This record gives sequence, C-alpha cells and structure tokens, in this order.
Amino acid sequence: MLRAALTIAKKDIYSELRTKQVLGTMIIFAGLVILVLSFAFDPANNTTKAVIPGAVWIIIVFSGILGLNRSLVSEQRNDTMHGLLVAPMEASSIYLGKFMANFSMILIVEAVSIPFLFLLFDFKVNGSILYFILVLFVGSFGFIAIGTFLAALASNSKSSEMLLPLLLFPMTSPVLIGVTQATKIILTNMEKLHSAIAWLQLVAAYDVIFFVLCFLLIEYVLEV
Amino acid sequence: MIEIKKLTKQADNKLILRGVDLSIKQGETVAILGPNGAGKSTLLKVLATLIKPTSGHVKINGLDLKKDHIEVKKLFGYLPHASLLYDHYTPLENLVFFGELYGVKDVEDKARELVKEVGLSFFINEPVKNFSRGMIQRIAIARAIIHDPKIMLLDEPHTGLDQGAISILNNVVLSMKEKGCTTLMVTHDFKQAAEICDRIIIVKNGKIADDFKINNKSLGLVSEKYQVLVEGVS
Repeated sequence: MLRAALTIAKKDIYSELRTKQVLGTMIIFAGLVILVLSFAFDPANNTTKAVIPGAVWIIIVFSGILGLNRSLVSEQRNDTMHGLLVAPMEASSIYLGKFMANFSMILIVEAVSIPFLFLLFDFKVNGSILYFILVLFVGSFGFIAIGTFLAALASNSKSSEMLLPLLLFPMTSPVLIGVTQATKIILTNMEKLHSAIAWLQLVAAYDVIFFVLCFLLIEYVLEV
Repeated sequence: MIEIKKLTKQADNKLILRGVDLSIKQGETVAILGPNGAGKSTLLKVLATLIKPTSGHVKINGLDLKKDHIEVKKLFGYLPHASLLYDHYTPLENLVFFGELYGVKDVEDKARELVKEVGLSFFINEPVKNFSRGMIQRIAIARAIIHDPKIMLLDEPHTGLDQGAISILNNVVLSMKEKGCTTLMVTHDFKQAAEICDRIIIVKNGKIADDFKINNKSLGLVSEKYQVLVEGVS
C-alpha cells in the first residue's frame, strides 16, 4: 500500500516540478495575501502583531484550497483516475499518495510564505519556534487530510471549485480554531503554553480520527 | 477463466445489467456488441472493478472479484476509449509510472521495449500532449499490456484510429492470444470484431441476447445476427 502511495505522490510532485502550475499559483496567492495585509495594517503598529497568527492560517487555508482542488480534478483529464483505480492497489493508496503530495506542497508554501510574512511585518517571535513548527505541522496535516478527501468527493461535480470550500470550512473549523488559538499563544504569550498544548492535543485527536475515517471511506468516494 | 453468474447493476432506479450469465475460457477473444445503452461498457467496467455490481457473482481465474480484487486487478489490462495517460508525461514516463504501480520488474527496459513495439521510439521523450489520437492510442495499448496481463478488457479500442494504429492494435490482440491471453472487446466495429474475435456476444437491454462462435472472419454472419436481434430485421 505504501509503495503505491509513494509512487503516486512521487508522480504528483514530479508533475508539479515540471508544470509549476499548482505550487506557483499557491505561492503567488500567498504572497499577494501578505502584500494586501501589509497595505491594510501598519506593520509599525504594535496592535498589528495580533493579526499575524490569523494571517498565517488565512494563507495556509486559501492557498491550500487552490492546490487541493487541482490535485484531484487533474486526474479527470484522460480519465487517469480510472487508470489508478484499475491498478492493483486499494483506493486508500490513492488517497494516501494524494495526501502526501498535497501535504508536501503546503509545507513548501508555508516554508516560503511565513518567513516572508514575518519579514514584511517585522514580527519577532517571542515564543518557541519549535512549538510553532509543530502547530503548523499538526494543523496542516488535519486540513490537508480532510481537504484531500473532500476534493475527491467534489471532483465528480461540475462546480467542484465552489463545492470544495463549502464542504471544507465547516469540516475543518475545529482544526482551524484550535491551531489559530495555539499559534496566537505560541507566538505571543508563552506563559500560557499549557493552554496551547491543550488546543494542540484537541487538533491532533481530530486529525487522527478524520484521517482514519477518510482513509476508510475513500473507496466509496472514488467509485465511478 | 471468467465466470459471471446472475450479474445485475442498478443505477438511479434503472436496471443496466439484468442477470448476465457468462462463461469465457482462457485464450478466447470475445467481442461484445450491442446498441448504445445496452450495458456493454457497464459489464466491462464491472469486470475492471471500476463499478461494483448490485448483485451476482464474478470469478476470474478462480478468484472472487469482490474479495480478491487486488489479485484480480493484476490479471487484466484495461484499455478504454480514453487514453488514461498523463498529457505532460512522455510515453516512457507514463509507462514507467503505471509499470511501477503494477510492480513490473526492470520497468524502464520493459517500457522502452513496448514503445519500440508500438513504433514510437523516435518520440519516446516527447510529452504525450503533442501526440495525435493514433499515437496516443498506441501508447495506451502499451500501458494496458505493460504488466503482461492474462485478460485484456478493451472498450471501443478502434474508435478514431488510423489504419496503422488499428493494425498495431489487432496485432497486439492476436499476439496476446497466442500467449494464452483472454480478450473481451466492447465494440461497434463489426469488421474488426469479425477480424480478430472467435466469439461474439450480443447484448440488448442489459441481457445477453446471443452468444455464438465465428469462423473464417465471417463478417456477414455477425451483421446478419445483429440486425435480426437488435434492429428487428428478418
């Protein structure tokens, strides 16, 4: 199962490196959001710093949706999804492969855009960078795990680009609330670390439950 | 080789397959003919594990289609009307990718060999998006047989092909037959069906209306039977 999933993930990442369609769009979008935010909020003003944790997740969510939608819709051209479905592997391998590719891409977007955000807003991290990376990892994991599943569900619809955000936001709101709160604490007030860890535990539990559910249910979603 | 018993498929209150019973021996080349909407492609998609049947049993090489679907998938090569190829990938990259999914050993050598066999060695490093329909179908044929399948499932494979590509496809089917490969081909092309198949199945309203063997590439017999059964000509 893992071998097939890795083959699919490798194929998606290699395709992306060649075409630079999705990753390029995601990074440009993230850059534009940061620029617009820097016009709207004065980086010199201290109250602006309170916006940063929210801005981090706005960038991840909206650029993530761009990538999620394309990753499954692209398999409809020439019915390549049928090619994957008739190959000797479980449907969950396709989900796992797509998840790994989408997760890698969102991590790349985060690695490029978040330092740019901090730089532009002259934001100095008062908390722990390691905890911040952990929050990014846990939050992105849940968002992409649910997003990949819902993108597969929406890809059969003609209005998949509209349907995906409509399905995704209610489903991922516990993850987004948890990680935004945890990010705020970790970046600004480390004294409340125990509270951030509680949020993180909640999100991690949600991640595990939904990852397993998506893994088990993907077979029914991908059926022709 | 393939045993189908009381197979039904219902979709949105419409019964597409109505209790299909069929037995196909190893090495047979079978054409499935019928009007549009008769259930031919659905039957093929059920065998290809793309669609789950509503009821009935399918056994392939003694394996249950439902329980042993991974093992069953290893046995067949599926060639539908769409190419199932990635446009921005070259023929070699496409074949290597699908070969890896099937666990083919020395997959790159095998892929190069197949590209040569279908006469596209010169274009081995060109993206598939630049290819004509005929060239794409040749690579699609190579993709379907990269893992040396025991069963070929072909869905209207001759549609839109030039004479060269038709000839390559027919040669592949015949050479696979020599190796003992079983072929099921859904088609509207009676001429090609008579040319390469030794058994004809006519499907009408989700049921098998006729099932007969043909000798000497008898196109006349196929057309005559089809007209009587499907078009009501007597």
